Amino acid sequence: MKTMASITKSPWIIHYDGSSCNGCDIEVLACLTPMYDVERFGIINTGNPKHADIFLVTGSVNEQNIPVVKQIYNQMPNPKVVVAIGICATSGGIFRDCYNIIGGIDKVIPVDVYVPGCAARPEAIIDGVVKGLGVLAEKQAALAKGIADPTVSGAYRYENGTYDGDGTFLPEEEGDTVIAAAEPQSTDDENGLRVKPAMTEEQEVDD
Amino acid sequence: MDTVLFTFYGYELHVSYLVGAVLYVVLAPFAGGLIAGIDRKVTARMQGRVGPPILQPFYDVAKLFGKEKITVNNAQDFYVMCTLIFMVISGVFFFSGSNLLMMIFTLTAASIFLVLAGYSSNSPYAQIGAERELLQMMAYEPMVLLSAVGFYMACGSFNVGDIVMSDAFSFKYLIGMFIGYLFIITIKLRKSPFDLSMSHHAHQELVKGLTTEFSGRTLGILEISHWYENVFLLGFIFLFFARGSLPYTILGVAVVIVCYFVEILIDNGYARMKWQFTIKSAWIVTLIFGGGNLFVLYYLQPILAR
Repeated sequence: MKTMASITKSPWIIHYDGSSCNGCDIEVLACLTPMYDVERFGIINTGNPKHADIFLVTGSVNEQNIPVVKQIYNQMPNPKVVVAIGICATSGGIFRDCYNIIGGIDKVIPVDVYVPGCAARPEAIIDGVVKGLGVLAEKQAALAKGIADPTVSGAYRYENGTYDGDGTFLPEEEGDTVIAAAEPQSTDDENGLRVKPAMTEEQEVDD
Repeated sequence: MDTVLFTFYGYELHVSYLVGAVLYVVLAPFAGGLIAGIDRKVTARMQGRVGPPILQPFYDVAKLFGKEKITVNNAQDFYVMCTLIFMVISGVFFFSGSNLLMMIFTLTAASIFLVLAGYSSNSPYAQIGAERELLQMMAYEPMVLLSAVGFYMACGSFNVGDIVMSDAFSFKYLIGMFIGYLFIITIKLRKSPFDLSMSHHAHQELVKGLTTEFSGRTLGILEISHWYENVFLLGFIFLFFARGSLPYTILGVAVVIVCYFVEILIDNGYARMKWQFTIKSAWIVTLIFGGGNLFVLYYLQPILAR
């Protein structure tokens, strides 16, 4: 099919800086310069998630940018590919033990390609995007059968409660256990909530 | 070959006009896409880059049509579709040799539908983009209308067919109009000092302005309507030189190519200006070159002809 081939010939990117030190960002922008010129492959830096096919994220996720990363991801029309640029976006890197860092981008949204490096070199970034094109073609074929990437829940936690992603704020109550704060590696539940105010039987007994 | 099919209020529909209209509807997207591809290639070369393939705009649109359909409301898609339809209609008016004023009004209708599409999304970026699009229209419309009046003064008809076949060499009478039109076509082609409402390039103070909320198929349709638009905007330049004979046709095509190259050069040489500058400069140019030319045609030509 014509469209299947064309998606790999016209991948438009959006670039988001999570908690990056800007090293990887500069390397991403270097790809657009005459030296590397990714427009050769039809790649355009759109700056608009609704026009983008490939989501380039540099830096790790922290408490504050979780909703932003999810929002950008959800606003991108299928088929879409996420490329984590640099070791911070891959796993948290040297910042992984910081109090505010959750970890790599895959803690929040599904990641398709990892480009490690500190900072990732432009050649490696281009290579990662080209790897992403293969995934993009597969996803295009899947989309034709009705299979699309999931919408990631907008739920996230504030210091004093949980926002459920639908406009409701659930204030934190006494006895709530904040799992994420104690366990940064915890994964989402079925609703995408990282933090569950669920009480165990033991806690109830304690109360 | 060139028989008249029917006459309607002084407008004669020749077979060749009908052929022109059909050719426009069928071929303009290909020509427009190719022009866009060459534009991007030349731009890249000017910046010392290799640039995308010439056919890149076609790949882009083919991709956009394969994307998931996301829209903030159905009205938006309807408005964008109307933009395409009215853009095609204005081109058909032009290439079927019919009324120049009619063409300008349908062109305005197409732009208005685009503005409505921007407003309907309720996105602040798209709304500011739509406001800027309106300001751009205010900037270029007077000059477009004046040049139509100029053609009437020079050739005695608003009909494109009559202008093309007219004995008068329009450019000789309309040099001021030509300069004015070249100035405002920079706005119409969305080239850099005046690409306020939506940007093709890396400056993103409005994300993507008017087109922020368009995605997938809708954006593809808008791109195709731009291709249609660009073809007849360049055709309008050609009209200044058309005289129904081969040497003048060659001259016209050559001027169109040179003008487009200059537009690309300007695009790459300038940063984006503020909307205030756009309106002021466009109106001043319209007044001096458009108005001045009209003055000369109206007052001086009868004296000189005497």
